[in-house]
Amino acid sequence: MLWYTGKRILQMIPVFFGATFLIYFMVFALPGDPIAALYGDRPPTEAVLEQVRARYNLDQPFIVQYLLYIGGIFTGDFGTTFSGRPVSDVMAAAFPITFRLAMLALLFEAFFGILVGFVAGLRKGKWFDNSALVVSLLLISVPTFVIGFIAQYLFGVQWGIVRPTVSGDANWNELILPAFVLASVSFAYIVRLTRASVSDNLSADFVRTATAKGLSRRRVVTVHVLRNSLVPVVTFLGVDLGSLMVGAIVTEGIFIIKGVGGTG
Amino acid sequence: MPSSNRPEQAHFVASLEDTPIAAVDKLDESQKARSTWADAWDSMRRRPMFWISSVLILFIVFVAVFPGLFTQVSPNTDCQLSVSNGAPSSGHPLGFTRQGCDVYSRIVFGTQASLTVGLLATLIVTLFGALVGALAGFYGGVFDAIISRVGDIFFAIPTVLGAIVLMTVIPQRTALTVALVLSVFAWPQVARIMRGSVLSASNSDYVIASTALGVSRAKILIRHVVPNAIAPVIVIATVSLGTFIVAEATLSFLGIGLPSNIMSWGNDIGQARTSIRTSPQVLIYPSIALSITVLSFLMLGDVVRDALDPKARARG
Repeated sequence: MLWYTGKRILQMIPVFFGATFLIYFMVFALPGDPIAALYGDRPPTEAVLEQVRARYNLDQPFIVQYLLYIGGIFTGDFGTTFSGRPVSDVMAAAFPITFRLAMLALLFEAFFGILVGFVAGLRKGKWFDNSALVVSLLLISVPTFVIGFIAQYLFGVQWGIVRPTVSGDANWNELILPAFVLASVSFAYIVRLTRASVSDNLSADFVRTATAKGLSRRRVVTVHVLRNSLVPVVTFLGVDLGSLMVGAIVTEGIFIIKGVGGTG
Repeated sequence: MPSSNRPEQAHFVASLEDTPIAAVDKLDESQKARSTWADAWDSMRRRPMFWISSVLILFIVFVAVFPGLFTQVSPNTDCQLSVSNGAPSSGHPLGFTRQGCDVYSRIVFGTQASLTVGLLATLIVTLFGALVGALAGFYGGVFDAIISRVGDIFFAIPTVLGAIVLMTVIPQRTALTVALVLSVFAWPQVARIMRGSVLSASNSDYVIASTALGVSRAKILIRHVVPNAIAPVIVIATVSLGTFIVAEATLSFLGIGLPSNIMSWGNDIGQARTSIRTSPQVLIYPSIALSITVLSFLMLGDVVRDALDPKARARG
């Protein structure tokens, strides 16, 4: 186990450098001169330009710039934005909001997804199961931004239950609706995953043994079936936190949340 | 204990009809062996969901190829600002957009771009991912290690996020470039699945038998391993066609997908966001078209998975 963990962590190192390099390279290839953009219509003298270029290491070759950037990251220096604010400050303000949104979404999808998937798996083929499947298919096929707009329109504008947009503080209660929207697609996947896993385990040998030992149906289902069915679901939840952070970009755009997506 | 005292002992040996051997004996050997694909087809065509989704997909493809057959109204030249965000009227069943264009006509003509991106991206991802994954899984070694790590790198960057950066770099945004950009970040998933599937197929008895018979490695891969390992890739390809259409819509919605002069559902939904409070129908109808398309591919993917995955079939 230790060997396996160590191997996986070692494998992460080239992935980290590869991914940062790739993103750095793509941003590097963006058209336009960042320094010219910094000054707009009235460019300063060549000497000033050179000075500024040197300050941001823009006079160095690409690979040197990348290494300096990585070195900066490891010493806690993430660079500065166009307006001169340190990137770490901007991220420190925005990241907690995105993280809060993603965590809330993760909580919703885990709770409701497992609940619905579990009941559907126990009643395979019944009306609850069928409607859960139909709803999950619908949620997957409607893009998140459409769900977001419809939710915002209905709850925020039409019925006035919540404010259509989120304030700068982004309190927990304001984030409930955006988190539900963000969680919707993953919720559908968790329902399907839990359902398949539960109905698989219901016919497993250990369940038959537990029933044969005389355990009550309730205990068999909650302790033996549910706990074993959660293994793939927990794996999915771990991976999904990452995609929720990405999905937050779109959700933040709809509800005007000042998270990471709003800083770009 | 002498056996003569236990006349019932004879019953301890089951008669041949009661044993599983009987079932084996009953097999008609003269019949041609049925392939997985024939079995899959048999199980698919009994599912109503298969026919519903297939008919829908065929219809959508038909609309994409011949949009002119479904509407006489031009989607971008018959626009009149006097009917901006207007309600449905005769000849314009779904109303008008902010620019006063016919919503229905724009949906019909937008089908092509959305479907093209989805199909192209699926084609590229499936072909490339399956090829790379199969080679990595079958030959292993250094090639496998490199492919897996490179795949991890692209896998680590989320598709939409990577596409946002890459789309800003690309000078010309067409259906092909959008599909290519989406593929760049989506191929590792297919490659991983193909690799795992090829790995397990390579360990089967028929591969060992072919090796023993002296069949070349390349021929084993093409003739025996790939046909037995491709099923999960086909399933993921069907489902991902739907997700690519959603991804294109998301990019267009964010303003970095297809340029606004190309009609696509994503563009129309993105443009409708400004008028959602006054006239939600402008947003709803393209969304419905998009969702039905994605839903069709998802349903087809479900049926195909059930048919190709015997484990799921046994669960019934």
